[in-house]
Amino acid sequence: MTELRQRAVREPDAPPEDKESESEAKVDGETASDSESRAETAPLSASADDTPEVLNRALSNLSSRWKNWWVRGILTLAMIAFFFIIIYLGPMVLMIIVMCVQIKCFHEIITIGYNVYHSYDLPWFRTLSWYFLLCVNYFFYGETVTDYFFTLVQREEPLRILSKYHRFISFTLYLIGFCMFVLSLVKKHYRLQFYMFGWTHVTLLIVVTQSHLVIHNLFEGMIWFIVPISCVICNDIMAYMFGFFFGRTPLIKLSPKKTWEGFIGGFFATVVFGLLLSYVMSGYRCFVCPVEYNNDTNSFTVDCEPSDLFRLQEYNIPEVIQSVIGVTTVWMYPFQIHSIALSTFASLIGPFGGFFASGFKRAFKIKDFANTIPGHGGIMDRFDCQYLMATFVNVYIASFIRGPNPSKLIQQFLTLRPDQQLHIFNTLRSHLADKGMLTAATEDE
Amino acid sequence: MLELRHRGGCPGPGGAVAPPPREGEAAGGDHETESTSDKETDIDDRYGDLDSRTDSDIPEIPPSSDRTPEILKKALSGLSSRWKNWWIRGILTLTMISVFFLIIYMGSFMLMLLVLGIQVKCFHEIITIGYRVYRSYDLPWFRTLSWYFLLCVNYFFYGETVADYFATFVQREEQLQFLIRYHRFISFALYLAGFCMFVLSLVKKHYRLQFYMFAWTHVTLLITVTQSHLVIQNLFEGMIWFLVPISSVICNDITAYLFGFFFGRTPLIKLSPKKTWEGFIGGFFSTVVFGFIAAYVLSKYQYFVCPVEYRSDVNSFVTECEPSELFKLQSYSLPPFLKTVLRQETVSLYPFQIHSIALSTFASLIGPFGGFFASGFKRAFKIKDFANTIPGHGGIMDRFDCQYLMATFVHVYITSFIRGPNPSKVLQQLLVLQPEQQLNIYKTLKTHLIEKGILQPALKV
Repeated sequence: MTELRQRAVREPDAPPEDKESESEAKVDGETASDSESRAETAPLSASADDTPEVLNRALSNLSSRWKNWWVRGILTLAMIAFFFIIIYLGPMVLMIIVMCVQIKCFHEIITIGYNVYHSYDLPWFRTLSWYFLLCVNYFFYGETVTDYFFTLVQREEPLRILSKYHRFISFTLYLIGFCMFVLSLVKKHYRLQFYMFGWTHVTLLIVVTQSHLVIHNLFEGMIWFIVPISCVICNDIMAYMFGFFFGRTPLIKLSPKKTWEGFIGGFFATVVFGLLLSYVMSGYRCFVCPVEYNNDTNSFTVDCEPSDLFRLQEYNIPEVIQSVIGVTTVWMYPFQIHSIALSTFASLIGPFGGFFASGFKRAFKIKDFANTIPGHGGIMDRFDCQYLMATFVNVYIASFIRGPNPSKLIQQFLTLRPDQQLHIFNTLRSHLADKGMLTAATEDE
Repeated sequence: MLELRHRGGCPGPGGAVAPPPREGEAAGGDHETESTSDKETDIDDRYGDLDSRTDSDIPEIPPSSDRTPEILKKALSGLSSRWKNWWIRGILTLTMISVFFLIIYMGSFMLMLLVLGIQVKCFHEIITIGYRVYRSYDLPWFRTLSWYFLLCVNYFFYGETVADYFATFVQREEQLQFLIRYHRFISFALYLAGFCMFVLSLVKKHYRLQFYMFAWTHVTLLITVTQSHLVIQNLFEGMIWFLVPISSVICNDITAYLFGFFFGRTPLIKLSPKKTWEGFIGGFFSTVVFGFIAAYVLSKYQYFVCPVEYRSDVNSFVTECEPSELFKLQSYSLPPFLKTVLRQETVSLYPFQIHSIALSTFASLIGPFGGFFASGFKRAFKIKDFANTIPGHGGIMDRFDCQYLMATFVHVYITSFIRGPNPSKVLQQLLVLQPEQQLNIYKTLKTHLIEKGILQPALKV
């Protein structure tokens, strides 16, 4: 969330910055000891100014406040442009970017854990954390790859064996890490090591599972990836603008700069934005088609017959709005109705992810997760509201949009034992017969 | 693991660290590690007033009340305290084993309930430790939220399991169908409600405590709830997949202890000073033999071998089936050197016995790491036992610490080597599809089955 924590740009502006951070501390009502240690750890977080020299020189004339505005603004535009380029490059590149973001987030959180616990000298800890990240990623990517590249996997002999015993291999790898952890317990550091173990696992739970759900959504169709993420970003920006111009009543003690006006204004703006964006995107095949791997051309294709969700349909407008707009029906994509649900979630529940991250930063007395993006903090700062969005979209798709994948079911069926196959076949037959779908004609085939 | 931590006969809260009656090297080893682990407070002092305060304020968390029933106490009052403890432990061990047999006799449904009960108790024990360690008595809503999360995660897992195994039952009831179809969404919404409540409950001065407790709750859920559900899935595969692994772990405990007692000399790992290499290796061999024999005995009975099914006509669980290939006696040719020893050409074995060797090996070699993990955990947080539920043995977690990894291993083993995907799950997913899709699949399947000769074309309804 775009909280106005001014990045400590260097020296001439240092004194006013400190006053601002102190007043922030007073607003937050932290105790004396808290603000003391905050001052201690402040240098930790804002030690290096990563703003490129170019920008520094160009903006050296402006006052510090406007300079920060410009830095943030330029970086925001740079990130958005980068986002568009990646979308243009296609799903494979997107997948790689998601993975990189995931690794960077993991790195940031683990580094915080380090700093918090002074765990520099714990044996093997860094190795073990990265090893666990590798194991969990191997497990998830293996499951995804097996699902989506089924034919490719079946052709290549080593891949086939890897996929057949995938769970066993992943579990063995994890066990090795677990045993190494137990063997690495050092007498005086038990508690620290257990904390770090717990910290690593919770981080994996949050970061890695979310990123894999993002990739699942992506494979469903790029629109399921782009619209939710854009809604969250739009909500950030809109809530900030509304708060800036109309903000009066504070929203929650945890983030004193959030206001109710910003919250509600952001909600409506995001819903409208979602509707417009989905209208624009639903017209293009490259966004709405599921990503498939074509075995003949050995590449990803997004070519298909758009499903019913992405075909224009006529909807009758309720009478209330009829009189206002003067039109009886409106042409919309059904997907736009779903986009309302997605935008609503992004505006109402997404901010809780932001509050969670704010609470976390306050609890461990850090200003930002890291210093990667000048003016914005770390990667985690940008993605904190996205936490819950990916899971929500995935659950939404699984519950409301599509059922299980028929071709995948057939594949699973073919791996069963003959007696199991027969049992399932008979159950299906009686089920269809009950529903009256089995006619004599179909039976004769 | 049967570590020789003697339960105090008449403990007082403060006197736990004070020298109890010297019960052999056991207590001495504990003392040493206790005093050196106090040095941990130095590290914690460097950061956060919170941590150091809790470190120095809590000595140990000794068992405050002695739950040994009065009868036992009177019966054993004549013996010396050491033998008294032995007898208490022995009697409780036998009691637990008999309860286990009783529940097996009563059937799989009771076993499921037992597993659920144990899971809830383990969760409660670990959360209570978290409480004491962090003095979190006054955190708002924390207890409610922890139990709420436990409920959510259980609802999610049980919903997935129940839907799989009771597909026919579920299809009949309309409300259940609705719950099943939107199950993930409902579970996620419930979890989200808890998450939002957590964020709203953050109190200004207790942020870090609350985040710790949040993480503690989640890691506990990860460990206890997922393991217990894997246990239940193994159980539904056939009760033998539940009994043999658990008995192997228990047998390894007992035999490693006995071998260590009689022959123990070289220490195994600094974390548990009472474990010895002799115990470890002796336990390994005896567990393999035990598993082999137990598998042989159990493989004969349909009651243990058949997958648990829910029959809608009789509205109960049945374990009746044609035993699979695994549980039919087969002849194996012995390798030459064994031939000369046993003077036989072949031996009749159940194939399952070969698998039981793998299971016992895991139970003896890797299972103990779960025990070391729990020992390290107890040392880290300066507790003697997880709780005081079972007199002479500590809490439920103390009994189950070696089982942590076993359940997951058995589940992974089954899915990788024994059977393919779960047929009930495939069926359940089929029934959720649209009717046109079902019809298409039906035609495809029919063609496939006829091709393979599994289905006779002449067979028509």
